[in-house]
Amino acid sequence: MRLSSTARAVLATVTTLVLAVIYLPLGVVLVNSFSTSTTLTWPPPGFTLEWWGRAFRNVGALEAIGTSVQIALGATAISLVLGTLVAIALQRYRFFGRDVVSLLVILPIALPGIVTGIALNNFFRTIIDVRLGIFTIIVAHATFCIVTVFNNVIARLRRTGTSLEEASADLGAGIWTTFRLVTFPQLRSALLAGGLLAFALSFDEIIVTTFTAGSGVTTLPIWIFENLFRPNQAPIVSVIAVMLVAVSVVPIWLAQRLAGADQAQH
Amino acid sequence: MTKSFGSVVAVDNLNLDIAEGEFFSMLGPSGSGKTTVLRLIAGFETATSGTIELRGVDVTDRAPFDRDINTVFQDYALFPHMTVAENVAYGLRVRGVPRARRREIALAALESVALAGFGDRKPSQLSGGQRQRVALARATVVQPKALLLDEPLGALDLKLREQMQVELKELQRSLGITFIFVTHDQEEALTLSDRIAVFNAGRIEQLGTPAEIYESPASPFVASFVGTSNIFEESAAHALLGVSGTASIRPEKIVLAAPGTAATAGIVSLPGTIAEVIYLGTATRLLVELADGRRLTVLEQNVTTRADHDRRGDAVLARFATADLVSLGSVG
Repeated sequence: MRLSSTARAVLATVTTLVLAVIYLPLGVVLVNSFSTSTTLTWPPPGFTLEWWGRAFRNVGALEAIGTSVQIALGATAISLVLGTLVAIALQRYRFFGRDVVSLLVILPIALPGIVTGIALNNFFRTIIDVRLGIFTIIVAHATFCIVTVFNNVIARLRRTGTSLEEASADLGAGIWTTFRLVTFPQLRSALLAGGLLAFALSFDEIIVTTFTAGSGVTTLPIWIFENLFRPNQAPIVSVIAVMLVAVSVVPIWLAQRLAGADQAQH
Repeated sequence: MTKSFGSVVAVDNLNLDIAEGEFFSMLGPSGSGKTTVLRLIAGFETATSGTIELRGVDVTDRAPFDRDINTVFQDYALFPHMTVAENVAYGLRVRGVPRARRREIALAALESVALAGFGDRKPSQLSGGQRQRVALARATVVQPKALLLDEPLGALDLKLREQMQVELKELQRSLGITFIFVTHDQEEALTLSDRIAVFNAGRIEQLGTPAEIYESPASPFVASFVGTSNIFEESAAHALLGVSGTASIRPEKIVLAAPGTAATAGIVSLPGTIAEVIYLGTATRLLVELADGRRLTVLEQNVTTRADHDRRGDAVLARFATADLVSLGSVG
């Protein structure tokens, strides 16, 4: 489709504006992490690497990163196993209540975090009486991280169809052999993409985390939130924020590349 | 056996006995149940009622991997993440044949389908015809008792299809195993088969050798689905041909003669005009419109190169022997 030059100019301007609104603030954070001002004043009065050095020596921040990684890995592992199983069940088998299950699996990602948070907090503490901690955060995160794995896997299963599995069975392979040699290799990149998204989703989650973390468990987002308004900590928060951006770009970029490479292949 | 999907009966009370070593085709339009029968034999579908026996052994309740039958799928279903050799060796791998041994067998199998040297490629790097051969090699390498082929040539272009037909027939002879072949292409079925079952609406309309199916179709459906037929329903057959019951005549059995040609005993002569002439290269197809408006399809072999004048509108006599008429019985 050909566009007139006016239309193109307008579209280019709007696109630039929208992208600027999204990315300029991130740039400001990056600049602030090198600023000599401790209160994030603009324009920055001078350049320093002090905050970067201090951030790497900040025990609280490093521990929070460790906790977040641990939780994200746990939630991702649960999501990979359960998400794959439910996707196979829903895509390959017909059973009573199938559509309902499908809706119920996807729903948590659309639920407001605060609702999920309150509900799980209530459930953990008063109904099954579990102490809040890392374990409860992992379970809470897994409820919505499953969705990314599920979506990726079910889309792949739909696209590959059943003929490869039928061919495998036809050639003498039992159910497990077929899964190991045919189904799983077909799902590998979908699992990686879904897993990376699940990891990123868990890593920066704060609302549900706040409700399901007991006292004493500080994830990175919680640590940032607690330190943002403390005197002299703001520049360190900027440094952590820049590192977070860098860390979360990688999985998203990888996930996108994997999806793209797959599309080219099929 | 019978197979229903919900309230739809896909295969209706079918009874079929396929001989060992036979090239057997199931021919029919899409939705006629032929593919369902194939999937029932392979074990991908379970029969609603009835039994399937393989060499006298009841295999009705056995899973696909537990039946000594292999399938060549319509879309080939080659494993895209494995090399060609790994694909061919798959059946041996799941049977626990050691790696070196199964590669050796796979490479020999590839050589036998003229794909030597292609073992380390991925299926995506092969052409349609090559993939087809890989699928054949993969299905036959485990030495099944029967090979099921689900429209295996459907995706190939005409020239390649004709070549593969010859190769399939040769392969079947050299392996000596039963081939059960599903197709909607009547010409393919006639060319390849020892016997053909013509399917329509979940039932077998006719079962017989290619010549039987073509020369003496048992029903109007078979007569018009396998090749072309000029069908005269009961009243027209009686009025024009003087025979009772529905009758049909093949286009190539009709000869066009000049008007006024003397009548001969045993020959029907129907006056008409040429309405359409379609040149086909080896033959010419003509539509002759009879006095009552009915159109006959006539096929003339182009045995001589004739000066091409426009024959549309010419008055002719369509002549054929009553002995060539096929009675399709009375249809209710």
